[in-house]
Amino acid sequence: MTGFLQHTFDGLVNGAFYALLALGLAVIFGMLRVVNFAHGAFYMLGAMGAYVLLTEFGVPFWWALVIMPVLLGALGMALERAFVHRLAQLDPLYNFLLTFGLTLILQDLVKSRYGVQSIPYATPGELGGSVDLGLFDFPTYRVFVLVFAVAICVGVWWLLTHSRVGMVVRAATERPELTRAFGINVGRWVTPVFGFGIALAGLAGVLAAPMRAVNPLMGADLIIVVFAVVVIGGLGSIFGSVAAGFGIGLVQAWGVVYLADWPILSQTLVFIVMAAVLMWRPAGLFGREEAPA
Amino acid sequence: MLRIDNLSASYGEAQVLREASLEVAPGEVVTLVGRNGAGKSTLLRCVMGLHPDQRGTVSLDGRDLTRLPAYRRARLGLGWVPDDRGAYATLTVTENLTLPPRVGPDPWSLERVYEAFPALYTRRDSPATKLSGGEQQMLALARVLRMGARMLLCDEPTEGLSPLLVQQVGDLLREAKRHGVTVLLVEQNLHFATGVADRHYLLAEGRVVEAMDNSEVRSRERELLAYLGI
Repeated sequence: MTGFLQHTFDGLVNGAFYALLALGLAVIFGMLRVVNFAHGAFYMLGAMGAYVLLTEFGVPFWWALVIMPVLLGALGMALERAFVHRLAQLDPLYNFLLTFGLTLILQDLVKSRYGVQSIPYATPGELGGSVDLGLFDFPTYRVFVLVFAVAICVGVWWLLTHSRVGMVVRAATERPELTRAFGINVGRWVTPVFGFGIALAGLAGVLAAPMRAVNPLMGADLIIVVFAVVVIGGLGSIFGSVAAGFGIGLVQAWGVVYLADWPILSQTLVFIVMAAVLMWRPAGLFGREEAPA
Repeated sequence: MLRIDNLSASYGEAQVLREASLEVAPGEVVTLVGRNGAGKSTLLRCVMGLHPDQRGTVSLDGRDLTRLPAYRRARLGLGWVPDDRGAYATLTVTENLTLPPRVGPDPWSLERVYEAFPALYTRRDSPATKLSGGEQQMLALARVLRMGARMLLCDEPTEGLSPLLVQQVGDLLREAKRHGVTVLLVEQNLHFATGVADRHYLLAEGRVVEAMDNSEVRSRERELLAYLGI
Protein backbone atom coordinates (compact mmCIF):
# COMPACT_ATOMS: atom_id res chain seq x y z
CA MET A 1 0.00 0.00 0.00
CA THR A 2 2.80 2.39 0.94
CA GLY A 3 4.56 1.53 -2.28
CA PHE A 4 1.42 2.25 -4.27
CA LEU A 5 1.01 5.64 -2.62
CA GLN A 6 4.64 6.46 -3.25
CA HIS A 7 4.36 5.62 -6.94
CA THR A 8 1.13 7.55 -7.14
CA PHE A 9 2.81 10.58 -5.63
CA ASP A 10 5.78 10.33 -8.00
CA GLY A 11 3.37 9.97 -10.89
CA LEU A 12 1.57 13.13 -9.85
CA VAL A 13 4.85 15.05 -9.62
CA ASN A 14 5.84 13.92 -13.12
CA GLY A 15 2.29 14.67 -14.22
CA ALA A 16 2.72 18.21 -12.90
CA PHE A 17 5.42 18.83 -15.51
CA TYR A 18 3.30 17.31 -18.25
CA ALA A 19 0.37 19.44 -17.13
CA LEU A 20 2.34 22.72 -17.14
CA LEU A 21 3.84 22.00 -20.55
CA ALA A 22 0.61 20.70 -22.06
CA LEU A 23 -1.28 23.71 -20.70
CA GLY A 24 1.08 26.08 -22.53
CA LEU A 25 0.84 24.04 -25.72
CA ALA A 26 -2.95 23.96 -25.49
CA VAL A 27 -3.27 27.71 -24.95
CA ILE A 28 -0.97 28.37 -27.92
CA PHE A 29 -2.66 25.83 -30.17
CA GLY A 30 -6.10 27.10 -29.30
CA MET A 31 -5.37 30.70 -30.11
CA LEU A 32 -2.84 30.36 -32.96
CA ARG A 33 -3.51 26.87 -34.35
CA VAL A 34 0.25 26.41 -34.10
CA VAL A 35 1.72 23.15 -32.83
CA ASN A 36 4.71 24.57 -31.02
CA PHE A 37 7.38 21.93 -31.40
CA ALA A 38 9.87 24.24 -29.67
CA HIS A 39 7.99 23.95 -26.38
CA GLY A 40 10.46 21.39 -25.05
CA ALA A 41 13.37 23.63 -26.00
CA PHE A 42 11.90 26.48 -23.95
CA TYR A 43 11.47 24.11 -21.03
CA MET A 44 15.16 23.25 -21.41
CA LEU A 45 16.06 26.96 -21.61
CA GLY A 46 14.15 27.50 -18.37
CA ALA A 47 16.30 24.94 -16.58
CA MET A 48 19.56 26.00 -18.25
CA GLY A 49 18.71 29.63 -17.56
CA ALA A 50 18.22 28.90 -13.87
CA TYR A 51 21.61 27.23 -13.84
CA VAL A 52 23.32 30.13 -15.63
CA LEU A 53 21.65 32.69 -13.37
CA LEU A 54 22.90 30.82 -10.31
CA THR A 55 26.45 30.14 -11.43
CA GLU A 56 27.21 33.30 -13.40
CA PHE A 57 25.21 35.87 -11.47
CA GLY A 58 24.54 34.23 -8.12
CA VAL A 59 20.78 34.55 -8.64
CA PRO A 60 19.00 32.03 -6.40
CA PHE A 61 16.25 29.60 -7.38
CA TRP A 62 13.36 31.77 -6.20
CA TRP A 63 14.39 34.67 -8.38
CA ALA A 64 15.02 32.35 -11.31
CA LEU A 65 11.44 31.12 -10.88
CA VAL A 66 10.31 34.66 -11.67
CA ILE A 67 13.02 35.86 -14.04
CA MET A 68 13.15 32.92 -16.47
CA PRO A 69 9.42 32.80 -17.28
CA VAL A 70 9.42 36.56 -17.84
CA LEU A 71 12.53 36.44 -20.02
CA LEU A 72 11.35 33.46 -22.05
CA GLY A 73 7.85 34.90 -22.34
CA ALA A 74 9.38 38.04 -23.83
CA LEU A 75 11.53 35.94 -26.16
CA GLY A 76 8.43 33.99 -27.18
CA MET A 77 6.57 37.21 -27.97
CA ALA A 78 9.51 38.44 -30.06
CA LEU A 79 9.63 35.14 -31.95
CA GLU A 80 5.89 35.26 -32.55
CA ARG A 81 6.15 38.77 -34.00
CA ALA A 82 9.28 38.00 -36.04
CA PHE A 83 8.47 34.55 -37.43
CA VAL A 84 5.33 32.69 -36.34
CA HIS A 85 3.10 35.60 -37.26
CA ARG A 86 4.41 35.73 -40.81
CA LEU A 87 3.56 32.09 -41.43
CA ALA A 88 0.14 32.22 -39.80
CA GLN A 89 -1.73 32.54 -43.10
CA LEU A 90 -0.02 29.47 -44.58
CA ASP A 91 -0.55 25.78 -43.97
CA PRO A 92 0.02 24.98 -40.24
CA LEU A 93 2.82 22.69 -41.35
CA TYR A 94 5.04 25.74 -41.97
CA ASN A 95 4.90 26.87 -38.37
CA PHE A 96 5.41 23.32 -37.20
CA LEU A 97 8.59 23.16 -39.28
CA LEU A 98 9.64 26.61 -38.07
CA THR A 99 9.37 25.60 -34.43
CA PHE A 100 11.08 22.30 -35.19
CA GLY A 101 14.00 24.17 -36.73
CA LEU A 102 14.04 26.56 -33.80
CA THR A 103 14.30 23.57 -31.45
CA LEU A 104 17.37 22.26 -33.24
CA ILE A 105 19.02 25.69 -33.20
CA LEU A 106 18.34 26.31 -29.51
CA GLN A 107 19.51 22.82 -28.54
CA ASP A 108 22.73 23.12 -30.52
CA LEU A 109 23.46 26.61 -29.22
CA VAL A 110 23.21 25.35 -25.65
CA LYS A 111 25.14 22.20 -26.54
CA SER A 112 28.02 24.17 -28.07
CA ARG A 113 28.37 26.25 -24.90
CA TYR A 114 27.63 23.74 -22.14
CA GLY A 115 28.12 20.31 -23.74
CA VAL A 116 25.74 17.40 -23.44
CA GLN A 117 26.65 16.36 -19.90
CA SER A 118 23.93 16.79 -17.32
CA ILE A 119 24.59 19.68 -14.98
CA PRO A 120 23.69 19.47 -11.31
CA TYR A 121 21.50 22.21 -9.82
CA ALA A 122 21.24 22.19 -6.05
CA THR A 123 17.82 22.02 -4.43
CA PRO A 124 17.15 25.36 -2.73
CA GLY A 125 18.01 25.08 0.96
CA GLU A 126 14.50 25.85 2.21
CA LEU A 127 13.14 22.92 0.25
CA GLY A 128 15.74 20.31 1.19
CA GLY A 129 14.98 17.23 3.24
CA SER A 130 11.61 15.58 3.40
CA VAL A 131 8.19 16.09 4.89
CA ASP A 132 6.27 13.52 6.84
CA LEU A 133 2.87 13.12 5.23
CA GLY A 134 1.65 10.48 7.68
CA LEU A 135 2.33 7.18 5.96
CA PHE A 136 5.85 7.97 4.86
CA ASP A 137 8.23 10.79 4.01
CA PHE A 138 8.17 12.69 0.77
CA PRO A 139 11.04 14.81 -0.52
CA THR A 140 10.06 18.39 0.33
CA TYR A 141 11.06 19.71 -3.05
CA ARG A 142 8.74 17.33 -4.89
CA VAL A 143 5.86 18.23 -2.64
CA PHE A 144 6.58 21.85 -3.42
CA VAL A 145 6.63 21.16 -7.19
CA LEU A 146 3.29 19.39 -7.03
CA VAL A 147 1.59 22.08 -4.94
CA PHE A 148 3.08 24.89 -6.98
CA ALA A 149 2.13 23.33 -10.34
CA VAL A 150 -1.41 22.66 -9.17
CA ALA A 151 -1.66 26.27 -7.98
CA ILE A 152 -0.45 27.54 -11.36
CA CYS A 153 -2.92 25.33 -13.25
CA VAL A 154 -5.79 26.45 -11.00
CA GLY A 155 -4.68 30.07 -11.39
CA VAL A 156 -4.62 29.84 -15.17
CA TRP A 157 -7.99 28.09 -15.11
CA TRP A 158 -9.43 30.86 -12.94
CA LEU A 159 -8.00 33.55 -15.22
CA LEU A 160 -9.52 31.86 -18.26
CA THR A 161 -12.94 31.42 -16.72
CA HIS A 162 -13.29 34.57 -14.62
CA SER A 163 -11.56 37.40 -16.46
CA ARG A 164 -12.45 39.40 -19.51
CA VAL A 165 -9.12 38.39 -21.07
CA GLY A 166 -9.92 34.74 -20.45
CA MET A 167 -13.33 35.14 -22.03
CA VAL A 168 -11.82 36.73 -25.12
CA VAL A 169 -9.20 33.97 -25.35
CA ARG A 170 -11.89 31.29 -25.08
CA ALA A 171 -14.06 32.98 -27.68
CA ALA A 172 -11.16 33.51 -30.08
CA THR A 173 -10.03 29.92 -29.57
CA GLU A 174 -13.46 28.52 -30.34
CA ARG A 175 -14.49 30.77 -33.21
CA PRO A 176 -11.85 33.31 -34.28
CA GLU A 177 -13.79 34.71 -37.22
CA LEU A 178 -17.03 35.22 -35.33
CA THR A 179 -15.11 36.86 -32.50
CA ARG A 180 -13.58 39.39 -34.90
CA ALA A 181 -17.04 40.12 -36.25
CA PHE A 182 -18.05 41.07 -32.70
CA GLY A 183 -15.56 43.91 -32.58
CA ILE A 184 -12.67 42.10 -30.92
CA ASN A 185 -9.19 42.53 -32.32
CA VAL A 186 -8.21 38.89 -32.01
CA GLY A 187 -4.78 39.54 -33.53
CA ARG A 188 -3.83 41.76 -30.61
CA TRP A 189 -4.12 38.83 -28.19
CA VAL A 190 -2.14 36.34 -30.24
CA THR A 191 1.34 37.57 -29.28
CA PRO A 192 0.77 37.75 -25.51
CA VAL A 193 -0.92 34.35 -25.51
CA PHE A 194 2.06 32.82 -27.32
CA GLY A 195 4.43 34.48 -24.85
CA PHE A 196 2.33 33.23 -21.95
CA GLY A 197 2.47 29.64 -23.19
CA ILE A 198 6.24 29.88 -23.55
CA ALA A 199 6.53 31.40 -20.07
CA LEU A 200 4.74 28.34 -18.65
CA ALA A 201 7.29 26.09 -20.39
CA GLY A 202 10.11 28.17 -18.90
CA LEU A 203 8.52 27.93 -15.46
CA ALA A 204 8.33 24.15 -15.76
CA GLY A 205 12.00 24.15 -16.76
CA VAL A 206 13.07 26.11 -13.67
CA LEU A 207 11.03 23.76 -11.48
CA ALA A 208 12.73 20.78 -13.15
CA ALA A 209 16.28 22.03 -12.60
CA PRO A 210 16.76 20.82 -8.98
CA MET A 211 15.21 17.39 -9.55
CA ARG A 212 15.95 16.41 -13.12
CA ALA A 213 19.03 16.05 -15.27
CA VAL A 214 19.72 19.50 -16.75
CA ASN A 215 21.08 19.14 -20.27
CA PRO A 216 20.38 20.44 -23.78
CA LEU A 217 18.21 17.46 -24.68
CA MET A 218 16.02 17.34 -21.57
CA GLY A 219 13.17 19.00 -23.43
CA ALA A 220 13.42 16.81 -26.50
CA ASP A 221 12.96 13.71 -24.37
CA LEU A 222 9.90 15.13 -22.71
CA ILE A 223 8.09 16.87 -25.53
CA ILE A 224 7.03 13.72 -27.34
CA VAL A 225 5.15 12.50 -24.28
CA VAL A 226 3.68 15.98 -23.82
CA PHE A 227 2.36 15.90 -27.37
CA ALA A 228 0.71 12.58 -26.57
CA VAL A 229 -0.76 14.20 -23.44
CA VAL A 230 -2.19 17.09 -25.45
CA VAL A 231 -3.72 14.73 -27.99
CA ILE A 232 -5.23 12.56 -25.26
CA GLY A 233 -6.68 15.59 -23.48
CA GLY A 234 -8.05 17.00 -26.72
CA LEU A 235 -6.15 19.49 -28.86
CA GLY A 236 -6.77 22.99 -27.60
CA SER A 237 -8.73 21.87 -24.53
CA ILE A 238 -7.26 23.65 -21.52
CA PHE A 239 -8.90 21.43 -18.94
CA GLY A 240 -8.15 18.33 -21.00
CA SER A 241 -4.45 19.09 -21.23
CA VAL A 242 -4.09 19.54 -17.47
CA ALA A 243 -6.20 16.49 -16.59
CA ALA A 244 -4.40 14.33 -19.14
CA GLY A 245 -1.03 15.64 -17.89
CA PHE A 246 -1.64 14.39 -14.36
CA GLY A 247 -3.40 11.29 -15.67
CA ILE A 248 -0.50 10.26 -17.89
CA GLY A 249 1.93 10.92 -15.05
CA LEU A 250 -0.03 8.41 -12.97
CA VAL A 251 -0.37 5.87 -15.77
CA GLN A 252 3.37 5.96 -16.38
CA ALA A 253 4.23 5.62 -12.70
CA TRP A 254 1.89 2.69 -12.21
CA GLY A 255 3.01 1.14 -15.48
CA VAL A 256 6.65 1.12 -14.44
CA VAL A 257 5.76 -0.81 -11.29
CA TYR A 258 2.97 -3.11 -12.35
CA LEU A 259 4.27 -3.81 -15.83
CA ALA A 260 7.86 -4.18 -14.67
CA ASP A 261 8.05 -7.60 -16.29
CA TRP A 262 7.09 -6.16 -19.66
CA PRO A 263 9.43 -3.19 -20.07
CA ILE A 264 8.42 -2.69 -23.69
CA LEU A 265 4.84 -2.26 -22.60
CA SER A 266 5.60 0.09 -19.73
CA GLN A 267 7.74 2.31 -21.93
CA THR A 268 5.15 2.61 -24.67
CA LEU A 269 2.15 2.74 -22.36
CA VAL A 270 1.52 6.44 -23.05
CA PHE A 271 1.24 5.85 -26.76
CA ILE A 272 -0.93 2.79 -26.30
CA VAL A 273 -3.26 4.92 -24.19
CA MET A 274 -3.16 7.62 -26.87
CA ALA A 275 -4.05 5.17 -29.63
CA ALA A 276 -6.89 3.74 -27.56
CA VAL A 277 -8.27 7.18 -26.73
CA LEU A 278 -8.11 8.29 -30.35
CA MET A 279 -9.98 5.19 -31.51
CA TRP A 280 -12.66 5.83 -28.92
CA ARG A 281 -12.76 9.64 -29.13
CA PRO A 282 -10.94 11.04 -32.17
CA ALA A 283 -11.01 14.58 -30.73
CA GLY A 284 -9.43 13.49 -27.44
CA LEU A 285 -11.03 13.06 -24.04
CA PHE A 286 -12.13 16.67 -23.62
CA GLY A 287 -11.75 17.92 -27.16
CA ARG A 288 -14.50 19.06 -29.44
CA GLU A 289 -14.76 18.19 -33.08
CA GLU A 290 -13.66 21.24 -35.06
CA ALA A 291 -16.59 23.59 -35.41
CA PRO A 292 -17.28 24.94 -38.87
CA ALA A 293 -15.84 28.42 -39.36
CA MET B 1 -26.66 54.30 -44.37
CA LEU B 2 -25.32 51.14 -46.02
CA ARG B 3 -24.35 51.22 -49.63
CA ILE B 4 -23.05 48.29 -51.67
CA ASP B 5 -21.66 48.96 -55.14
CA ASN B 6 -20.79 46.30 -57.68
CA LEU B 7 -19.91 43.73 -55.06
CA SER B 8 -18.43 40.53 -56.44
CA ALA B 9 -17.21 37.61 -54.40
CA SER B 10 -16.05 34.09 -55.06
CA TYR B 11 -15.18 30.91 -53.26
CA GLY B 12 -12.20 29.72 -55.24
CA GLU B 13 -13.45 29.16 -58.79
CA ALA B 14 -17.10 29.62 -57.94
CA GLN B 15 -18.34 33.17 -58.24
CA VAL B 16 -21.11 33.75 -55.73
CA LEU B 17 -21.79 37.48 -56.05
CA ARG B 18 -21.72 39.30 -59.41
CA GLU B 19 -21.63 43.06 -59.16
CA ALA B 20 -24.46 43.24 -56.68
CA SER B 21 -25.53 46.74 -55.69
CA LEU B 22 -28.03 47.87 -53.09
CA GLU B 23 -28.69 50.58 -50.58
CA VAL B 24 -30.29 50.72 -47.16
CA ALA B 25 -31.38 54.09 -45.78
CA PRO B 26 -31.03 54.97 -42.07
CA GLY B 27 -33.84 53.44 -40.01
CA GLU B 28 -34.99 51.20 -42.83
CA VAL B 29 -35.59 47.48 -42.59
CA VAL B 30 -34.70 45.86 -45.88
CA THR B 31 -34.83 42.19 -46.73
CA LEU B 32 -32.78 40.20 -49.13
CA VAL B 33 -34.69 37.28 -50.61
CA GLY B 34 -33.43 34.67 -52.99
CA ARG B 35 -33.02 30.98 -53.53
CA ASN B 36 -30.54 28.91 -51.56
CA GLY B 37 -27.10 29.61 -52.98
CA ALA B 38 -28.09 32.97 -54.44
CA GLY B 39 -25.35 34.62 -52.38
CA LYS B 40 -27.37 36.16 -49.55
CA SER B 41 -25.19 34.96 -46.69
CA THR B 42 -22.05 35.77 -48.64
CA LEU B 43 -23.29 39.31 -49.12
CA LEU B 44 -23.71 39.76 -45.37
CA ARG B 45 -20.29 38.25 -44.77
CA CYS B 46 -18.79 40.69 -47.27
CA VAL B 47 -20.40 43.62 -45.45
CA MET B 48 -18.96 42.29 -42.19
CA GLY B 49 -15.50 42.01 -43.77
CA LEU B 50 -15.30 38.25 -43.39
CA HIS B 51 -14.95 37.29 -47.01
CA PRO B 52 -11.40 37.82 -48.28
CA ASP B 53 -12.07 37.23 -51.96
CA GLN B 54 -14.23 40.21 -52.90
CA ARG B 55 -14.31 43.24 -55.20
CA GLY B 56 -16.51 46.32 -55.24
CA THR B 57 -17.21 48.69 -52.38
CA VAL B 58 -19.18 48.59 -49.18
CA SER B 59 -19.71 51.85 -47.35
CA LEU B 60 -21.41 52.78 -44.11
CA ASP B 61 -22.57 56.38 -43.63
CA GLY B 62 -20.48 57.32 -46.64
CA ARG B 63 -17.34 55.77 -45.17
CA ASP B 64 -15.63 53.17 -47.34
CA LEU B 65 -15.27 49.95 -45.36
CA THR B 66 -13.33 48.05 -47.98
CA ARG B 67 -10.00 48.12 -46.20
CA LEU B 68 -11.31 47.84 -42.65
CA PRO B 69 -10.91 44.53 -40.81
CA ALA B 70 -14.04 42.90 -39.38
CA TYR B 71 -13.50 44.06 -35.82
CA ARG B 72 -13.26 47.71 -36.89
CA ARG B 73 -16.48 47.38 -38.88
CA ALA B 74 -18.23 45.95 -35.83
CA ARG B 75 -17.02 48.91 -33.80
CA LEU B 76 -18.59 51.26 -36.34
CA GLY B 77 -21.92 49.79 -35.32
CA LEU B 78 -22.45 46.69 -37.46
CA GLY B 79 -24.09 43.81 -35.62
CA TRP B 80 -24.00 40.39 -37.24
CA VAL B 81 -26.56 37.68 -36.50
CA PRO B 82 -25.03 34.71 -38.33
CA ASP B 83 -27.12 31.99 -39.90
CA ASP B 84 -25.80 29.39 -37.45
CA ARG B 85 -26.65 31.76 -34.57
CA GLY B 86 -23.04 31.97 -33.45
CA ALA B 87 -23.42 30.58 -29.95
CA TYR B 88 -20.12 29.88 -28.20
CA ALA B 89 -19.97 26.50 -26.48
CA THR B 90 -17.13 27.59 -24.21
CA LEU B 91 -18.89 30.75 -23.04
CA THR B 92 -21.87 30.99 -20.73
CA VAL B 93 -25.04 32.73 -21.90
CA THR B 94 -24.04 35.89 -20.03
CA GLU B 95 -20.55 35.79 -21.52
CA ASN B 96 -22.02 35.32 -24.99
CA LEU B 97 -24.00 38.49 -24.41
CA THR B 98 -21.20 40.57 -22.92
CA LEU B 99 -18.37 39.46 -25.24
CA PRO B 100 -18.84 42.21 -27.85
CA PRO B 101 -17.87 45.69 -26.70
CA ARG B 102 -20.60 48.34 -26.67
CA VAL B 103 -20.42 50.17 -29.96
CA GLY B 104 -23.53 52.28 -30.33
CA PRO B 105 -25.23 55.21 -28.63
CA ASP B 106 -28.11 53.14 -27.26
CA PRO B 107 -26.97 49.69 -26.13
CA TRP B 108 -29.33 47.49 -24.15
CA SER B 109 -28.29 46.78 -20.58
CA LEU B 110 -27.92 43.17 -19.50
CA GLU B 111 -30.91 43.68 -17.18
CA ARG B 112 -33.05 44.80 -20.07
CA VAL B 113 -31.98 41.80 -22.15
CA TYR B 114 -32.87 39.42 -19.33
CA GLU B 115 -36.17 41.15 -18.74
CA ALA B 116 -37.04 40.73 -22.41
CA PHE B 117 -35.76 37.13 -22.51
CA PRO B 118 -36.54 35.38 -19.22
CA ALA B 119 -35.51 32.05 -20.77
CA LEU B 120 -31.98 33.38 -21.23
CA TYR B 121 -31.92 34.62 -17.65
CA THR B 122 -32.74 31.22 -16.21
CA ARG B 123 -29.97 29.65 -18.29
CA ARG B 124 -27.51 32.51 -17.84
CA ASP B 125 -24.67 30.39 -16.44
CA SER B 126 -25.05 27.48 -18.88
CA PRO B 127 -22.94 27.06 -22.01
CA ALA B 128 -24.83 28.83 -24.79
CA THR B 129 -24.91 25.75 -27.00
CA LYS B 130 -27.07 24.03 -24.38
CA LEU B 131 -29.89 26.42 -25.26
CA SER B 132 -32.63 25.31 -27.64
CA GLY B 133 -32.45 26.48 -31.24
CA GLY B 134 -35.02 29.19 -30.60
CA GLU B 135 -33.24 30.38 -27.47
CA GLN B 136 -29.96 30.52 -29.38
CA GLN B 137 -31.63 32.71 -31.97
CA MET B 138 -32.89 35.02 -29.25
CA LEU B 139 -29.38 35.08 -27.81
CA ALA B 140 -27.92 36.07 -31.17
CA LEU B 141 -30.39 38.95 -31.50
CA ALA B 142 -30.05 40.00 -27.89
CA ARG B 143 -26.26 40.09 -28.29
CA VAL B 144 -26.27 42.66 -31.10
CA LEU B 145 -28.88 44.73 -29.25
CA ARG B 146 -26.70 44.73 -26.14
CA MET B 147 -23.80 45.80 -28.36
CA GLY B 148 -25.90 48.76 -29.36
CA ALA B 149 -25.28 48.07 -33.05
CA ARG B 150 -26.79 50.76 -35.27
CA MET B 151 -27.16 48.40 -38.19
CA LEU B 152 -28.11 44.75 -37.88
CA LEU B 153 -27.18 42.14 -40.46
CA CYS B 154 -29.54 39.26 -39.73
CA ASP B 155 -29.10 35.99 -41.58
CA GLU B 156 -32.41 34.08 -41.58
CA PRO B 157 -33.32 34.78 -37.97
CA THR B 158 -36.65 32.96 -38.26
CA GLU B 159 -35.34 29.76 -39.77
CA GLY B 160 -36.54 26.72 -37.89
CA LEU B 161 -38.43 28.73 -35.26
CA SER B 162 -41.95 28.07 -34.02
CA PRO B 163 -44.62 30.59 -35.10
CA LEU B 164 -44.63 32.08 -31.61
CA LEU B 165 -40.90 32.70 -31.71
CA VAL B 166 -41.09 34.05 -35.26
CA GLN B 167 -43.55 36.59 -33.94
CA GLN B 168 -41.19 37.47 -31.11
CA VAL B 169 -38.33 38.01 -33.56
CA GLY B 170 -40.64 40.28 -35.57
CA ASP B 171 -41.55 42.27 -32.45
CA LEU B 172 -37.88 42.69 -31.61
CA LEU B 173 -36.94 43.89 -35.08
CA ARG B 174 -39.87 46.34 -35.11
CA GLU B 175 -38.85 47.65 -31.71
CA ALA B 176 -35.24 48.05 -32.87
CA LYS B 177 -36.51 49.94 -35.89
CA ARG B 178 -38.56 52.25 -33.66
CA HIS B 179 -35.30 53.11 -31.91
CA GLY B 180 -33.70 54.03 -35.20
CA VAL B 181 -31.80 50.79 -35.82
CA THR B 182 -31.29 49.90 -39.47
CA VAL B 183 -31.67 46.27 -40.52
CA LEU B 184 -30.58 44.24 -43.51
CA LEU B 185 -32.38 40.93 -43.23
CA VAL B 186 -31.89 37.73 -45.18
CA GLU B 187 -35.29 36.06 -45.16
CA GLN B 188 -37.16 33.30 -46.96
CA ASN B 189 -40.41 33.74 -45.07
CA LEU B 190 -42.17 36.32 -47.26
CA HIS B 191 -45.07 36.75 -44.89
CA PHE B 192 -42.66 37.60 -42.09
CA ALA B 193 -40.61 39.79 -44.41
CA THR B 194 -43.54 41.99 -45.43
CA GLY B 195 -44.54 42.25 -41.77
CA VAL B 196 -41.28 43.81 -40.61
CA ALA B 197 -39.56 45.26 -43.65
CA ASP B 198 -39.99 48.42 -45.70
CA ARG B 199 -38.45 47.15 -48.91
CA HIS B 200 -37.09 43.99 -50.46
CA TYR B 201 -34.32 43.04 -52.83
CA LEU B 202 -34.42 39.86 -54.87
CA LEU B 203 -31.02 38.27 -55.31
CA ALA B 204 -30.54 35.73 -58.09
CA GLU B 205 -27.28 34.08 -59.06
CA GLY B 206 -25.29 36.73 -57.26
CA ARG B 207 -27.06 39.71 -58.80
CA VAL B 208 -29.65 42.05 -57.35
CA VAL B 209 -32.36 41.57 -59.97
CA GLU B 210 -35.31 43.39 -58.45
CA ALA B 211 -36.22 45.90 -55.80
CA MET B 212 -39.77 45.58 -54.48
CA ASP B 213 -41.97 47.26 -51.91
CA ASN B 214 -44.34 45.43 -49.58
CA SER B 215 -47.44 45.71 -51.79
CA GLU B 216 -45.53 44.33 -54.74
CA VAL B 217 -44.27 41.36 -52.73
CA ARG B 218 -47.79 40.69 -51.45
CA SER B 219 -49.35 40.84 -54.89
CA ARG B 220 -46.68 38.60 -56.37
CA GLU B 221 -46.43 36.25 -53.40
CA ARG B 222 -47.40 33.08 -55.31
CA GLU B 223 -44.99 33.78 -58.12
CA LEU B 224 -42.16 34.60 -55.71
CA LEU B 225 -42.78 31.55 -53.55
CA ALA B 226 -42.72 29.35 -56.62
CA TYR B 227 -39.50 31.01 -57.72
CA LEU B 228 -37.88 30.59 -54.30
CA GLY B 229 -38.94 26.96 -54.34
CA ILE B 230 -40.73 27.07 -51.01
